[in-house]
Amino acid sequence: MPPSVTLAVTRYRPEQESEPTLQTYEVPFRKDWVVLDALNYIKDNLDGSLSFRWSCRMGVCGSCGMMVNGSPKLTCAAFLSDYLPGPVRVEPLQHFPVIRDLVGDITDFMQKLKRVKPWIIRENEKPPVEGEYLQTPDQLEMYKQFSMCINCMLCYSACPVYGLEQSFIGPAAIALAQRYNLDSRDEAARERLEILSEHDGMWQCTFVGECSKVCPKNVDPAGAIQQLKLVGAVDWFRFLLPWGTR
Amino acid sequence: MSPGTQYTPYHPKWYRRRMSVWWWLQNRSYVYFVLRELTSVFVGLCALLLLWHLRALVQGPEAHAHFLAQMRRPFFVALNGVGLLFILFHTITWFNLTPKAMVVRVGGKRVPDWTIAGLHYIAWVLLSVAVAVVLLRG
Amino acid sequence: MALVHDVLIIGGGGAGLRAAIAAAELNPRLDIAVVSKVYPMRSHTVSAEGGAAAVIKPGDSLDAHAYDTISGGDWLSDQDAVEAFVREAPAEMLRLEHWGCPWSREPDGHVAVRPFGGMKLERTWFAADKTGFHMLHALFQTTLKYDTIRRYDEWFVTKILVDEGRCQGVVAIEVATGKVQAIFAKAVVLCTGGCGKVFPYTTNANIKNGDGMALAYGAGAPLKDMEFVQYHPTGLPFTGILITEATRSEGGWLLNKDGYRYLQDYDLGKPEPKPVFRSMELGPRDRLSQAFVKEQEKGRTLVGPYGHYVHLDIRHLGQKLIDKKLPFVRELCLKYENIDPVKEMIPVRPVVHYMMGGIHTDIHGATSLAGLFAAGEVACVSINGANRLGSNSLTELLVFGARAGTAAAAFASQQRKPSPSVLAQAQDEERRLGERFLRKTGGTEKVAALRAEMQKTMEESAGIYRTASVLEEAARKLRKLQERFHDVSLEDRSYTFNTELIAVLELSYMLDVAEAIVHSALQRRESRGSHQRTDYPKRDDTQFLVHSLATRGESGSPRIEYLPVTITRWPPAQRVYGR
Repeated sequence: MPPSVTLAVTRYRPEQESEPTLQTYEVPFRKDWVVLDALNYIKDNLDGSLSFRWSCRMGVCGSCGMMVNGSPKLTCAAFLSDYLPGPVRVEPLQHFPVIRDLVGDITDFMQKLKRVKPWIIRENEKPPVEGEYLQTPDQLEMYKQFSMCINCMLCYSACPVYGLEQSFIGPAAIALAQRYNLDSRDEAARERLEILSEHDGMWQCTFVGECSKVCPKNVDPAGAIQQLKLVGAVDWFRFLLPWGTR
Repeated sequence: MSPGTQYTPYHPKWYRRRMSVWWWLQNRSYVYFVLRELTSVFVGLCALLLLWHLRALVQGPEAHAHFLAQMRRPFFVALNGVGLLFILFHTITWFNLTPKAMVVRVGGKRVPDWTIAGLHYIAWVLLSVAVAVVLLRG
Repeated sequence: MALVHDVLIIGGGGAGLRAAIAAAELNPRLDIAVVSKVYPMRSHTVSAEGGAAAVIKPGDSLDAHAYDTISGGDWLSDQDAVEAFVREAPAEMLRLEHWGCPWSREPDGHVAVRPFGGMKLERTWFAADKTGFHMLHALFQTTLKYDTIRRYDEWFVTKILVDEGRCQGVVAIEVATGKVQAIFAKAVVLCTGGCGKVFPYTTNANIKNGDGMALAYGAGAPLKDMEFVQYHPTGLPFTGILITEATRSEGGWLLNKDGYRYLQDYDLGKPEPKPVFRSMELGPRDRLSQAFVKEQEKGRTLVGPYGHYVHLDIRHLGQKLIDKKLPFVRELCLKYENIDPVKEMIPVRPVVHYMMGGIHTDIHGATSLAGLFAAGEVACVSINGANRLGSNSLTELLVFGARAGTAAAAFASQQRKPSPSVLAQAQDEERRLGERFLRKTGGTEKVAALRAEMQKTMEESAGIYRTASVLEEAARKLRKLQERFHDVSLEDRSYTFNTELIAVLELSYMLDVAEAIVHSALQRRESRGSHQRTDYPKRDDTQFLVHSLATRGESGSPRIEYLPVTITRWPPAQRVYGR
């Protein structure tokens, strides 16, 4: 085990420079340290001006996503020992505009999330006093996987379509739309399908599949998108049937 | 600045990196993906060759013999060889990815991916055997 | 350009989002805004695992839930608040279910409940082992459907504006650009969570710095029961990640440095090969935490790079059982600390988990400052009293988030627009931030060093066991730290996403909150619930059946006053640990 390891970290101070640069730091090596711990060591001891996001340190808040040696990762789940002997390159999540150092701008995703209407939509709502909407464990299983998304944006960084075409709605937003489509309590699958069938919706996806590979929560957004494409394709033929669309 | 949007998605100071035209060389998955997409070229070529073959058949035994002679030339042997590899790659990747889109539930449990893919392979083999039988008999 | 809203909610976690929805539903014409220093889905609500309690099964009763809560709180809970809480809990939980929260279910489709520590009957609703995550995302995604709820994501509040005896809004920094803005509002609801980061070992995320508590304190609103800090006996020493009680109920052993199951020395039963209910490792949380402290005093704990710890050994359970019953524990240890509990012992120690104390509010969420409301962990209503029962706090977010949001909306509907004279205060604030931090020259203190000293002081003095002399010393040390804080200097002078500036402001909040905790603990000369005094080991209902109120004094340190506890139907009795 080496005593220390080198980190090469993106620095970008928009008031001073027009392009990001890489700055190297030497941090102590510990078997139980992750890249995030190394960044915190830099901030607390070497360079207080390094900016990055983090919060829970246990892979559930989704704040600490960054590129580590060119791959999108949650830095709280990326052990330094996996990157020995180093140097470890830490950069902001790709495909997002960089605000500062390792901080990217995710307002694009926030707007796209709202577009897919990720909430329960029903014709008739029941008041709480009448009890819960019944949902069997099997029905819960139908959408459970897609509900695990922590909005960490690693999938957007992995998706070359999003990188080339920023208007693409993107993996997480579509997976969350599918989460509600498959929820037995929701009644707006058709509405969301129409939104996703717009030109920057699900049909932009070419099934590279990298989004599902990098997802730290096994949400499988690629699967969600292909399932929706199948539904969308079948649905398209319905209009040919004599009794018309549903 | 209006409330609700802190800054526009096109804030002038935020840095936007252009994606390189060689983005797909970045990792193995991307290279694999591009190769998979390239198989469509060979699928197209195969379709064209098939049409050419049909045309030759329709035109009579002489044209057909001429066509077959062309196919024996090294260039077409190589093309067909490479094409076969790509088409096999195309088929295998397609079958392996199908379970992602086709979610089948039996008795509340999701049918495992290898079953869905496996059924596709079995159907492929059966169809190929059927076609072979027809061709070899006739 | 002035930013003006009717209802302004600070904090986008469970309580804040629920308050926003409540205000929007009460009056669709109200202009509601949520200001959060992080994107709402990053709020700490997201890490809660266990569940949320509400009476739903036949055989259970509101009185039973109320009694469990009040006795668990060692009779410091305000019983009118508890009665309202247990009464409204089931409807709130069902409302959340209607909004899409994926509660785990019985085979027939009804919501499932499970047993939880301190509750005599099963009433804890859960969503697999990620209840807080699912609750937060369900709430957040539901807020997206209201066009009247706008959000200021990554804006950091630095001051509450007060004029004419009324809260008129806040001053906040738009972190991405460094711009200091006043946001005026007719009513403000603080939902900023607890302050675990005041201590060095905590399950809390980096963002839990007591922001709202310090803001209210600075505006003159008192903080209540700040001395009551809840510890969880088993957390990882480095990250503070919680190792769930289930690890012990499945048969885990707590071993000191000699490999000895030390709990048998502390009147918690005899070691048996299989776990015995309410004995040894299944004893009450505070007793287990206290045993650790005593072992540490005897020198029988292990010492590592992150301080003292003991071992939680589940190797004897075998990989099959661990993967079946405790997969999340194994995953957390492996993925976030590179430890495999199948082969290695897990290092654990008591870690700060929850803050029972907070901003003093009434049962509607109103603080003593007109126009300022609070809900969630930042507030102290109080329903949790001297010790919180597990699975009550997630429900508290919903019940009191809704109450505070509704009360704030009703208040705002009656108010005129904020007076423009408050704008001068906002300009002063902008000047202060610039002069003290961003453009300041000289200064020798560093944020990280001051923070570490504060945390060390708190752990030594306001930990599981407290005594007068140590608390007095801590009060002096904290005053010194407050003075040294004036000399802090930043390396980061940028206006763009300056996280060092945010850290420095958070530290100023934490120092205020730390003082409130220490002074409240010093003045409460009894032991009750999670506040244990070695010099006053007994509970004293004659003098201390009261809430501590810490109000900011002129010197900056708090003065402590007392407020009687509201007793309705359950006269104080002995807290017999009954699960």
